[in-house]
Amino acid sequence: MAEVEVLRAPLVVEYPFTRTTGPVIGAFFTALREGFIVGIRGSDGRVIVPPFEYDPQTSEPLTEIVEVADEGEIVSWAWSGEPLEGQPLDHPFGWALIKLDGADTGFLHVVDGPKEQLRTGVRVKARWAAEREGSINDIEAFEVIA
Amino acid sequence: MSDVVTAPPLTLPDRLSSIDEPVKSIRTPAAVRYTYSPGQAPSEFLYKVAQKQLTGRKCPQCTKVYIPPRETCPTCGVTTLPDIIDLPDVGTVTSFCVVNVQFYGQAMEVPYVGALILIDGSDIPLMHLLQEVDVETVHMGMRVEAVWVDEGDMGPTLESIKYFRPNGEPDADWNSYKDNV
Amino acid sequence: MRDVAIIAFAQTKHRRSYEGTSEVEFLAPVLQEVQAKAGLEKKDIDFVCSGSSDYLAGQAFSFVVTLDAYGPWPPITESHVDMDGAWALYEAWVKMQTGKIDTALIYAYGKSSPGSIRRVLTRQLEPYYTQPLWPDSVALAALQARVGLDAGTWTEEQMAEVAATSRRNAKGNPFAQVVDDAEPATLLSKDYFVDPLRVHDCPPITDGAAAVIMVAGDKAKELTDRPAWIRGIDHRIDPAALGVRDLTVSPSAQLAAEKAGVADGNVDVAELHAPFTHQEIILRNALGLGDGVDVNPSGGALAANPVMTAGLIRFGELADRISRGEADRGVAHATSGACLQQNLVAVLEGE
Repeated sequence: MAEVEVLRAPLVVEYPFTRTTGPVIGAFFTALREGFIVGIRGSDGRVIVPPFEYDPQTSEPLTEIVEVADEGEIVSWAWSGEPLEGQPLDHPFGWALIKLDGADTGFLHVVDGPKEQLRTGVRVKARWAAEREGSINDIEAFEVIA
Repeated sequence: MSDVVTAPPLTLPDRLSSIDEPVKSIRTPAAVRYTYSPGQAPSEFLYKVAQKQLTGRKCPQCTKVYIPPRETCPTCGVTTLPDIIDLPDVGTVTSFCVVNVQFYGQAMEVPYVGALILIDGSDIPLMHLLQEVDVETVHMGMRVEAVWVDEGDMGPTLESIKYFRPNGEPDADWNSYKDNV
Repeated sequence: MRDVAIIAFAQTKHRRSYEGTSEVEFLAPVLQEVQAKAGLEKKDIDFVCSGSSDYLAGQAFSFVVTLDAYGPWPPITESHVDMDGAWALYEAWVKMQTGKIDTALIYAYGKSSPGSIRRVLTRQLEPYYTQPLWPDSVALAALQARVGLDAGTWTEEQMAEVAATSRRNAKGNPFAQVVDDAEPATLLSKDYFVDPLRVHDCPPITDGAAAVIMVAGDKAKELTDRPAWIRGIDHRIDPAALGVRDLTVSPSAQLAAEKAGVADGNVDVAELHAPFTHQEIILRNALGLGDGVDVNPSGGALAANPVMTAGLIRFGELADRISRGEADRGVAHATSGACLQQNLVAVLEGE
């Protein structure tokens, strides 16, 4: 039997989810909407950013929301030369885990600027979106500061 | 009620506790994109549909005829079904559902009927729409025929069949479809 | 604990793309082959369990369609995990411990070619803080690699060594996809892909499928001369949030290895599911594997990475080597989640 050219068609799986946050995650996004960042104090006293409802080691419910700075140091970074759809920037950028001043854990976000500036230990500061709604993208990106 | 677990209250910094309307939800739309390909046997089937011909594939082991066909027999697991059988566009309703509920994005007017139609000569019902029929009268055993779209709109898709409608024949004998309900 | 052994294994020739071939089409021959190798037919199989991902296929309940490849008539006892097939194997193993079944067919498959695997894998991440950034699988692995490079836990040269060894080992594996004699120095001369990762540090994009048959007790000895017995099996998970983890180590792999009893005897061979080069180093450390261990003689996930399947393949590759007498005792490992978040470790042994 002769082989035919196999058919192809684009397929998009998309969904518009709205996720309720609860009080802990809600506190983080409320702060973002207002232009600042919070974490939560873990069982061992360290400040976890972004905040989780339960301690990752002890599983205890956590309750003390703590404000942290919107600047800090890069603890890890990677360079994305070809951004993918949905990522925060549409030109080459850096991914980073950032330890904000006052926090004890790395916060995942992006750094906008030339690759040459990116180093572990370099200080970065949040560039806030002009209009914020309570979303991780209320921070457009971090930028390296002198 | 006393067994309900509630989260302990949070202590908030002043900057947060003074805010009247905290964020309670976030929108997270997501789209993931693929290029889908159904494989050889379904592609051949759809090309034939574009030529107004329904086909099925027959399993050499259990002799069942599958429409739409895939390369394998879903009953036996036999990995090649080389026999392609031409089928008419006429069949028997083995089951149906009257949809009365409007949902977001729905193109059809309610009520409408979705039906499983056992095409003559095949062993597995095909799902499609029933139209040109009073929904109250739809029943198992009803004989139906395909209504195709205009020549110019035909394509390698089951949407080349607009819908099925009753063809006026007397109901099919129960024995002719009892193994397929 | 009931003795359970892997007695047969089959897999596809893993390819960059099986475009034009459906999952059912490329899986069906693998299922036929593994049953033939085991000398079992459908009527002899008590339980079928599979691993695959609906997000990978772009279709809800895609695994139900794929059951056509088995031919589930008369009706069968079946289960599925939306995870690597290694966890389907674990489910079957647990069911065998209850005594409810004696034989199981476990299969797994994944086609990465239709979509963007790097984007698809973002759907497994924490949904509030992480997913909306769409941090792809390579970016996250790159962040993990950087931490180890900064700490001196590994070097780019060591990462390239892992890649070169995998590709060279793959020469002996007719099913592998990435096979060559590239020297580490040559690999290191290439540009970064997602700095600090180069293409060779990352898994290939693969379409493929695999299946194993497991049998409990003495029946295994009836069916094959040298069953690969599962002496211990365990899986553990680390926190989802990258920022709270020390990314240079794998506590979950270490704990799973302890519970599975890896250190209770000599390890001849370890098939480690390490999609990224630095992750093989993390796993060697976590499992306490010394230089005498033959790691990934099959080429590992760097030689072929059919997603949802590569972990199950580690079990099959190890079991085959044991049954051929090439190894007496070994470790099979599978991972799930970003940056080795979840790890399953098993000890396999021939008699």
